Amino acid sequence: MTIKHSEEYREPELARQLVAAIRKTSNKPVQLMEVCGTHTMSIFRHGIRDVLPQTINLLSGPGCPVCVTSQQEIDTFIAYARQEDTIVATFGDLLRVPGTDSSLQKEKAEGRDIRVVYSAFDAVKMAAEQRGQRVVFLGVGFETTAPTIAASILAARDMGLENFHVVSAHKTVPNALEALMASEAVAISGFLLPGHVSVILGLNAYRPFFDRYQVPAVVAGFEPTDILEAIRRLVEQIEKGRPQLANAYPRAVSDTGNAKARAVLDQVFEPVDANWRGIGIIPASGLAIRDSLAQFDALRQVPVEVAEAREPAGCGCGEILTGAKIPPECKLYRKACTPENPVGPCMVSSEGTCAAYYRYHG
Amino acid sequence: MTDEKILLDHGSGGKIAHRLTAELLLPLFDNPILADLHDGAVLELDGGRIAFSTDTFTVTPLFFPGGDIGDLAVNGTVNDVAMCGAKPLFISLALIIEEGFPRADLERILKSVRRAADKAGVIVVTGDTKVVPKGAADGLFINTSGIGLIPPGLNIGSTAAQPGDHVILSGTMADHGMTILTQREGLAFDHAIESDSAALNHMVAGITAASNNVHVLRDPTRGGVGTTLNEIAQSSQAGIVIEEDRLPVRPAVAGVCELLGFDPLYVANEGKLLAFVPADESDAVLAAMRRDPHGQEACRIGRVTGDHPGQVILETRVGGRRIVDMLTGEQLPRIC
Repeated sequence: MTIKHSEEYREPELARQLVAAIRKTSNKPVQLMEVCGTHTMSIFRHGIRDVLPQTINLLSGPGCPVCVTSQQEIDTFIAYARQEDTIVATFGDLLRVPGTDSSLQKEKAEGRDIRVVYSAFDAVKMAAEQRGQRVVFLGVGFETTAPTIAASILAARDMGLENFHVVSAHKTVPNALEALMASEAVAISGFLLPGHVSVILGLNAYRPFFDRYQVPAVVAGFEPTDILEAIRRLVEQIEKGRPQLANAYPRAVSDTGNAKARAVLDQVFEPVDANWRGIGIIPASGLAIRDSLAQFDALRQVPVEVAEAREPAGCGCGEILTGAKIPPECKLYRKACTPENPVGPCMVSSEGTCAAYYRYHG
Repeated sequence: MTDEKILLDHGSGGKIAHRLTAELLLPLFDNPILADLHDGAVLELDGGRIAFSTDTFTVTPLFFPGGDIGDLAVNGTVNDVAMCGAKPLFISLALIIEEGFPRADLERILKSVRRAADKAGVIVVTGDTKVVPKGAADGLFINTSGIGLIPPGLNIGSTAAQPGDHVILSGTMADHGMTILTQREGLAFDHAIESDSAALNHMVAGITAASNNVHVLRDPTRGGVGTTLNEIAQSSQAGIVIEEDRLPVRPAVAGVCELLGFDPLYVANEGKLLAFVPADESDAVLAAMRRDPHGQEACRIGRVTGDHPGQVILETRVGGRRIVDMLTGEQLPRIC
């Protein structure tokens, strides 16, 4: 039949061998956390939990960018949408995330100018074409997304645009791993490290974290056999008692990462403390626009007043994002909170753990 | 009264759209014909049976690789009529045009309506033209309604899937939806993809000639194959199992879906159908579909079971199983 994209990596025979190897090696009960939302989705979509032995418990971590965006940040986005003469440009999956009393989708139905874009460069183009309007781009995402947003700010500078601004709510992964290890809520025996983020950062970026905690950590790709191979290596390390930092995605990830992307990141952003939903403040885990580019910083150029945000009552997103709870343990799950009527972001984003459970697990 | 507003999700064909139909429309217009919620209504008139369907077409851009709003408006309604097993005969054509719309574009679209009608073998027998002030419509909206005759002895509905049935899909998924999306957003990709917009009534004639035991025919338009299968599973109170490695998707389309985080199971098709047929007749139906120019890539994708009534289960390539839920609202591109 028709050949699918990436077919070669979905080889059922290879998958069977990997599953057999995992089953043979695994004795101790382990809790492995996948830190990346795309991994969470892939694990559910391909039914990977189904084929693993009962000794292996997969936990989903804080890897969905929309989900870890704090309620205060969501309310801030909505406040920008309510500004006069303002076009808010955003990635699609932020639209439905409920803020304290509204969502971008509801604001759009009220007539606010909110446009879904696929790249920050679309927003730059919009600003160039509509000089009389202010274009505010909502910058959400990890190290994967942040470099293109950084590049868009440099492009806006080179084009002399005065009406392009970014709300930077970006988060960075390595320090979040430390916060997860430091947390007492959940004992993690090993990490599946994110593939796309590692393409930018390189394996070495996790070295300080690994040296400190000596916890098995393997970078994984996104095809089912990539994930199974990474799980196999984690299980082997745990059973042998020899934790390692390893790369099971060498076709995309190097030791040093993408130097050019990191240079752009560094030119535009500086690390700041960031508030993660469910985790709280993690030192140096956010990205703020540097003073030299302050003219593009929406928070400084067009400050908005936002009342103190309230997280939805009873919402378990915080505990779900740290692996302390699974969605069926949240009392709102499937009752008050469904994809049609999401209470928390984990039910909204296609990469959210609750949405994955709801859609694929029943 | 509530202050709730209609959102784009209410038109997505997914769960949120279903809820609107169930809450607002069905209570007001409740009758046994409407309650079927099939693609078209089946009407008994003077001993004969006709299928009747209507659809409104709004698409941006109006012209796209593989078609335009004109052929889409004909094919969509022809297909809805054909899914009742009927031979489509007559259609209506109503235009809502925004002030300032280029006459040359209108002419091009109308010619495309004519060509599509000729291909499908239907004639436009009535119509209407309205022009609304600039801003009151987006260029051009088209409504078409269609009427067709159902041959005696044929009983095809959406509630008739039975355990043991084979599920056949007439070709690749997601071509139309991803074409429109990439065009609308100006996304450039190495490989061109195009809409599958096509009339399927000739294929349906071939299918019903090959078997008079076809249980269900549906065209998986908005909401995609995943949503349509859920509707059939629920209305038939049967379980459906589909196999991941049998689901046909063009590599270029699969690539775009993967990039944007879209699941091809939920992306619209405009020239595909799903057929539910008894196992012992599925070879004949499959062969009939493959003889049609729009069905050359037809394949069995799954089966109906007595287990898990109302639910669609996917057997994955790595040997796992998972639920295929109905689409909720519109799929939104993700942040990587």
